[in-house]
Amino acid sequence: MPKVGRLAVTIALLVAVAGGLAFAVATLTSQPEAAVYTATPGRPVEVTMQTVGSYGHGIHDTWVSYLTRSQGSEWLHTTVWQVPAHTRVDVTIYQYDSGSPLRNQQIGMVQGTIGDLATLNGKSFRVINANVGNGVAHTFSIPSLGINVPLYGNNPNANLCAAAPCTTASPHNIIKFSFMSPGPGSYPWQCFVPCGLGFLYGNGGPMQTVGWMDGFMKVAA
Amino acid sequence: MPSESTGQSEPSSGGTSPSVSGPERTTDGQVDDTHHWWRIIGFWVVMSAIADPLFYYLAGPHIPPGTMSNVAQGAQFDFNILIVAALPVMLAVWIYMGYAIVNWRASRNGPEPIGGPRARSNIPIQTTWIVFTTALVLFLFGFGTYELVQPGGAGGGQGPSPIWTPASHDVLPIQVIGQQWKWTYRYPTFGGFETTQLVVPDHTAIAFHVTSLDVVHDFWVYQLGVKADANPGQDDVAFATPQQLGTFVVRCDELCGLWHGAMYNYGSVLRSAKFESWAEATEKRLAENTKFLPAFAWTYTPDANGADGGYYPDNVDPYSTVETYGATQPGEPLPSTKTTKN
Repeated sequence: MPKVGRLAVTIALLVAVAGGLAFAVATLTSQPEAAVYTATPGRPVEVTMQTVGSYGHGIHDTWVSYLTRSQGSEWLHTTVWQVPAHTRVDVTIYQYDSGSPLRNQQIGMVQGTIGDLATLNGKSFRVINANVGNGVAHTFSIPSLGINVPLYGNNPNANLCAAAPCTTASPHNIIKFSFMSPGPGSYPWQCFVPCGLGFLYGNGGPMQTVGWMDGFMKVAA
Repeated sequence: MPSESTGQSEPSSGGTSPSVSGPERTTDGQVDDTHHWWRIIGFWVVMSAIADPLFYYLAGPHIPPGTMSNVAQGAQFDFNILIVAALPVMLAVWIYMGYAIVNWRASRNGPEPIGGPRARSNIPIQTTWIVFTTALVLFLFGFGTYELVQPGGAGGGQGPSPIWTPASHDVLPIQVIGQQWKWTYRYPTFGGFETTQLVVPDHTAIAFHVTSLDVVHDFWVYQLGVKADANPGQDDVAFATPQQLGTFVVRCDELCGLWHGAMYNYGSVLRSAKFESWAEATEKRLAENTKFLPAFAWTYTPDANGADGGYYPDNVDPYSTVETYGATQPGEPLPSTKTTKN
C-alpha cells in the first residue's frame, strides 16, 4: 500500500475510534429531560408520577417505567426532576402495574416520609404485607434520605394499562406521601422491587437505566 | 581484566564504585582509598535509625484505617511494621543513588563512564543484597501470615469458614444484606428486625454475617477495618470489636450496577447501654414489619424465575418455586439470647 494510502487508513481509524469514544461518553452521560418544579412561597411542591407495567413505545416497549408529570400537566418520560431546597414535597403516584411478593419485605415499610406514613387510595398506611393481596408493584426510594414507600399492586387479572401514559380509566392505585427536600444536590432515587421482567433476577434493563426505574431528584438552592 | 563491553583496561570515569575489598585506582592512576562502602552504610544506618522511630511514633498513629476497632488497629499495626521494614530499603536505594551521583558522576570532559570495575560482578555486594532482601521478604511473609490468622489480626473478611473466632462468648451477630443498591442489617438477637441503620456497641465482639440478595457486593467498613464480599447464597463472616465511639462509613466495594457509587451509608458505635436502648426501641418500632419477614437465616436462596420474590417464603407467589428461604444453616444453633455485654 502506498504511503498516502496508509496515512488515509490510519487517519480513518483514528477518526472512527474518536467518534466511538465520543458516542460512548455522550450516551453514558446523557440524562432524560428534567421536570422542574418551582415553589410558591409557603406552599409545598407537588410532584406527580405514574408507574406503568410496560411503556408501550419505542425499542423498549415492554420495559416497566416511571413517568413524571410536569407542572404544565404534561406526562414526560423522565425520572429526573428538580425541586427547591428545604421545601415540603407532596408526592402523588398513580400506580398502574400489578404486584407480587417482595424479595425483601424490609422495603414493604414506609420510612422517611413525614410521619413515616403514606396513603393508599386515601387511607393511611405504614406497612404493606407483600405476601397477601396484590402484593407490592414498585417502591419509590431515596436511600440517601432514608425514604422508602411501597406501592401497592393492582390485580394482575384486571385489564391493566400497557402503554404510557396511562389514564385513570385503567385500574390503578393512588399513593400519596410527603417529605422535606434536603439541601442542594443531586439525589439518586430508584425502585427497589427487581421488576425488570425478562432479566436475570429482574435486575437488568429498566432497573439499570435512568429514565425508567431509576432517577435523580435534583435539589436547587 | 579488560572490560568486555568497551575493551578498556581501566575504569573509565572519574571515580570508582564502592568496594569492600580495598582501595582501587582512579582513572588518573591515583589510589582512591576512600571507604565509600562504609560511608554509605554508616549514613544509611544513621538515617534509618532516625527515620524508623520518627515514622512509627509520629506518623504511625495516623496511618489508616485508624484504631476504631481491634481489627482496624491490627491493620494499622501491620501497615506500620511494613513501612518500618520498607523504609531502610528505600533509604538504601536513595542514599546509594545520591552518593553515586555526587561521587561517581561522569565529568564533562572525562572518559565514557561505561565498563570498568562497576561493570563487573561484585560477589560480596550481591551476596549481601540477596541475603538481606531474602531475609526481609521471609520475615514479612511470616509476619503477614501470622497477623492474618491470629485472633483480631488484620484479616478483614474472614470468609465463610473463619480460621479463628473471638474468644468471647458474648458475640453480637449482625447480618449484613447487600442488594441493588443498599445495605440492610438484621439483628437476630433482637427479634430479627431488619433496618437500614448499622449501629454497634463498643467493646463488644461483633460477627458480621455478610450475604447478598442479588449480585456480588462488598461490605467495606473502612474505619472498623472490616471488608467482606457479599455473595448471594454465602455467609461471609467478619469479626471486629469496636473500641471507640463515633460514626463510620459503609461502602460497597464491588462494582455492582447503576447506583454502585451511591451504595453507602453511615453507621455508629454507641456505648453498650445506649445500643441496647436503640436496639430495643428499633425492634419495637419495626415490629409491625418484622412479623412479615421470614425467620432469620444465614443465607437466602435466589430465584431467577421472575421480577419478584423467591428469597423469602411466599406460598402465594405464582412465579416462585422456592417455598423456603434458608439455604445454609451453620453447625451451631442460631443465637437466641441478646448480648449482655456492658
